This record gives sequence, structure tokens and C-alpha cells, in this order.
Amino acid sequence: MSGLVLRDVEVRAGGRAIVADASLAAPKGRVTGLLGPNGAGKSTLLAATLGLRRRAQGSVHFDGLDLAAMPAAERARLAAYVEQSAATSERLTVRDVVALGRIPYQSVWQSGPGAGDEAIVASALAALGVTGFGDRLYQTLSGGEQQRVQIARALAQEPTLLLLDEPTSHLDIEAQLTTLDLLRERAQAGCTIILAMHDLNLAARHCDHLAVMKDGRVVAEGAPAAVLSAPLLLDVYGVHATIVQLPGHGAPLVVYDRARGSGAGPDSG
Amino acid sequence: MRRRPASFLASAGLVVLLLASATLAVTFGPADISAGDAWMTVLHHLRLADTAPLSPLRDAIVWELRLPRILAAAGVGAGLALAGTVMQVLTRNPLADPYLLGLSSGAALGAVGFLLAGMALLMPLGAFLGSLAALVLALAIARLLGGATPTRAILAGISIAALASAATSLLIFWSATGDSYREILSWLMGSLSGTTWGDTGLVALALVVCAPVILLSGRGLDAFAFGDAAAASLGIDIVRLRWTLLTATALLTGVMVAIGGAIGFVGLVVPHAVRLAVGSRHRVLLPASMLVGAVFMLWTDTAARSLFDPRELPVGIVTALVGAPAFLLILLRYRRIT
Repeated sequence: MSGLVLRDVEVRAGGRAIVADASLAAPKGRVTGLLGPNGAGKSTLLAATLGLRRRAQGSVHFDGLDLAAMPAAERARLAAYVEQSAATSERLTVRDVVALGRIPYQSVWQSGPGAGDEAIVASALAALGVTGFGDRLYQTLSGGEQQRVQIARALAQEPTLLLLDEPTSHLDIEAQLTTLDLLRERAQAGCTIILAMHDLNLAARHCDHLAVMKDGRVVAEGAPAAVLSAPLLLDVYGVHATIVQLPGHGAPLVVYDRARGSGAGPDSG
Repeated sequence: MRRRPASFLASAGLVVLLLASATLAVTFGPADISAGDAWMTVLHHLRLADTAPLSPLRDAIVWELRLPRILAAAGVGAGLALAGTVMQVLTRNPLADPYLLGLSSGAALGAVGFLLAGMALLMPLGAFLGSLAALVLALAIARLLGGATPTRAILAGISIAALASAATSLLIFWSATGDSYREILSWLMGSLSGTTWGDTGLVALALVVCAPVILLSGRGLDAFAFGDAAAASLGIDIVRLRWTLLTATALLTGVMVAIGGAIGFVGLVVPHAVRLAVGSRHRVLLPASMLVGAVFMLWTDTAARSLFDPRELPVGIVTALVGAPAFLLILLRYRRIT
């Protein structure tokens, strides 16, 4: 099967499984949204996929290739990863940070990015609309700008598999939409994309495929319209919600009513 | 590319500055010797020139006293600056210096132990063994705590350093006499007086073995900017790189401490100053740091031996006198930027 396939992945920490029997299949050239409440294991599962967290059990294959058996440098040319937040005390300009994405392509003897690297870095900067502050120091950027720079860095890796951990959490709504549109374009160009996210409506609208995690397990997977249901949201997130279909709006829309256990909702008084 | 000629020029400029500094430093001192005569003496000893330009006494001053010491100072400075740069990245701690993991305290204990045991000539060996023992202990403790992560290694290093310092003080208190006390004190403050060609050769050997390993890790060190997971996702074998660099840094620092004593501030201040000028791209930063460290140490040692002539200061006092205010200036600069 093509795309990213996880089978029965288990990750242990502090004597207990924080991800257990997690299986999912993210289709090739599609955007897959990884949903679930805080602590459900989304970040851990993403990190374990690339071998950044040690797996106790399970397998990870991409287009039939065993990612765990692959040399690290080769895997880095295939798959890129954007962490939830990335801070540094090093003095790096935005351009320097994006150029880090070219490391998997450089030899030990190379004295710096080559001409080809610089062109790829420039186009990654342009894709995320951050060319304007290429020469600014990374630490001087806002959280949202830093997220866009990290996505640009990941694009500079020229990945065919792109994993992002809440890449839009610090972005304003316009930047969220343009970033998600950009990821959609990359998917159409053949890149397989998995992103952990919290906004169910953005996920419904911008993802082709959804996987929902709860307590370290993937409890639902499929097309957004099939996955997002009132009983699931109550079970996984503990909220009462209504799923509506607006005319002219392709994706289902989630309207939150109230948290389980909390008092009456706004329209019941 | 855009910035490559600039960084290459900077390195070339620093090499020229280093050569010029070394030439100039030879002329400093009570015996008046010109730069030209100094070069001719060097050429004569390398059998590239037939006639010796200086009298045997002055020839000895250049060839036996000043030159080995100047070259050793440059080498020690280069090594400490390089080691400091690596430690700051590996531990993600801007306050890291080459001695962070207890290397200098271990070295002091080894040196003082050998001296008091009547093996004054083997003091450098004692220092080297002591620093390596401290490092191995610190890393073993870190592993015992569940893996040699930067924080655990630093914490283990602090405890080792405290223990070794206490043991050194105890040794001094118990058995040092006037003479050995003076020698110990000068060594603890860091001093390059009495450097021989043998010492210089040892410094050069450590650099030849360790510096290439470190200089070729620039790509990997760049990848560490955003932490271990980010480096691993960029295809870096982080465990192997960390152990390789820690070993190279420890060997380098061990030899430098053995020859020059615990010279402070070079490994802390020089990397920061250079980073402020050229940024954190390590393929530029590492060679620049190394060369600036060499020039800095060369001049501080020249000042240490000629400022209060005929009395000589331990060079560690001079590096601290220059380094501490420089460090404060750097802190102020950083505050404005971040």
C-alpha cells in the first residue's frame, strides 16, 4: 500500500505506554489530519514515526519502505518534521535556519550551502512569504513567524513525506489558511502530509483524511464527513456538539454546544 | 555563494594576523630582537638559511625561550576556544566552557597529586590523567542517571568538580610547603612560563588529532541548533556525534590544561565574541573561533610575560582581567538583541 502505514505502534515512557497499538494509513499525496485532545499521543506518534522516539513495538512503512531500517541521512532526504515549537540560543538568521533543511544533502567536506541549495532555500522562503525577513535573527521573530520559518525549513528538505506538529497553532487566521492551502498544493504535487491539529473545522475543510487519537490509540480514521460525528466528539473530546452542513460549504461544520459535565449550554436557558 | 568569499577572506585574514602577531611577539622582551632577525633565526634552524643572524645567546632566547612559548600559547588558545565552542553547542548552554564537566578540577587534582608525590616533572601527565578521569566519571554518572543528556552531564560534572577541588585543597593544606605551594598556585592560575619545544609539540599533536574531527563536524553542530530531535530529523546520528565530539574535546582540553594549567575565560569569551561577529554557522564559526583564540592567547601571554618585567604574571590572571569585562560587554550586546 502506498503512503504512510503505521501498524500497532507502541511507545513507552516512565513505565507505561503513552502510545499503544496505534495504527493508521495516511494516503499518498493527501493531507491527513491527526486529531485528539491534549495528551492523546499525537506528538509522540509523529516523533516515533521518524524514529525520533524509540518504538517499543510496531512498524512504520512509507511506500513500502521500512523507515526504521533506513539510514538516518537517507530518511532525512525523504521525510521532514516540524516540531510544535522550536527555540534556539544560537545566532541564526531566518535564511540560516531555512538552510538547515539542506543539511541532509550536504557532505561533511562542504564549507556551506552550495548554489543549488541557496536557490531551494530562496524558493522555500518565498513559498511561506518570509523572504522579507530573511536577514533577521530567528529569535527576534514572533511565534507565528517562527512557525512559518520552520515550515520553510522543512520544505527546503524537499520531502515526499512531511510531518507537522500543530504547525498553525501560533498563526493568525489568514496565515493559517494560506499555510494550509500551501500544504494542499504540496500534497497535490505528490507529497504525503500528516499534521497534528486542534481546530476541527479547519481539519474538516483542509484535510482529505482524518485520524483521531484518544489515550494513545487511534480510535477513528477516514474521510472527514465520515469521522466527525457527535458521539465521537463526546467520547474523544468530552464535548456536546452539533455537526451541520452549510449550503455551499463542502466540509461538515462542527458547532460546539457545551463541555460534558458543565452546566447548560447557551441555547438551553 | 553570497557569504562564502567573505568567510574565506575572514579566515585568511585571521591567519595573516596570527603570523604577524607571532612575529611581533618574538620581539617583545628584555633582549632587543628585530622581527627580521627572528625570521632569519627560524629559517636558520629549519636549515633554510646558512648563517645565523644572532649571537648564540640571543639565538637561544628566540629559539629556546620565546618561540616555543609563543607557539604553545597560540595552540592552547586555539584548542580552548575550539573546545569551548563545541561544549556550548553540545550542552545547549551558553555558559559552557571547556572545563564544564569537571576537567580543570580533575586536572588540578592530578597535577597537585603528582607534584606532592615528588614527581614535579610529570605534572602535565598528572593533569591529563586527572582531567580524563573527571570526564569519564561525569559521563558515567550521567549514564547511571539514565542517559548522558546535556543537563545530567553538567550536573554530574559539577559534583565531580566540587569533589576534586575539595581533594586538591586537602592535599595542599596537608602537605604543601612554601616552594611547592608557589608552584601549585601559579599552575592553578594558569601559566605558560618555562614552556619547552616538547610542550609545544604536545599541544600541536593534540590539535592535529582533534581539530580536524571538530572542524569537520560543523554541519552536524548546525543541526543541533533546535535540539536533539530536530538534529535527528535532519539525518544526524546524534549519539555518535555527541560522543565523538565529547571525546575530541576532552582530549584537547586535557592536553591544554596539562601544559598551561587552568586558563579561564578563553574558552568562554572567544566563542561568544566570534559568534556575535559571524553568527552561528559552525562551518564559519569553528575555524574563526580557533584562530581568534590563538591570537587572543598569544597576546595575553605576551602581556603576562612582559608587562611587569622582570616579574611574570600567571597568564590566567591576564585572560580573566581582559575576559571578564569582555564577557560583560557581550552580555549587554546579547540583551539588546534577544
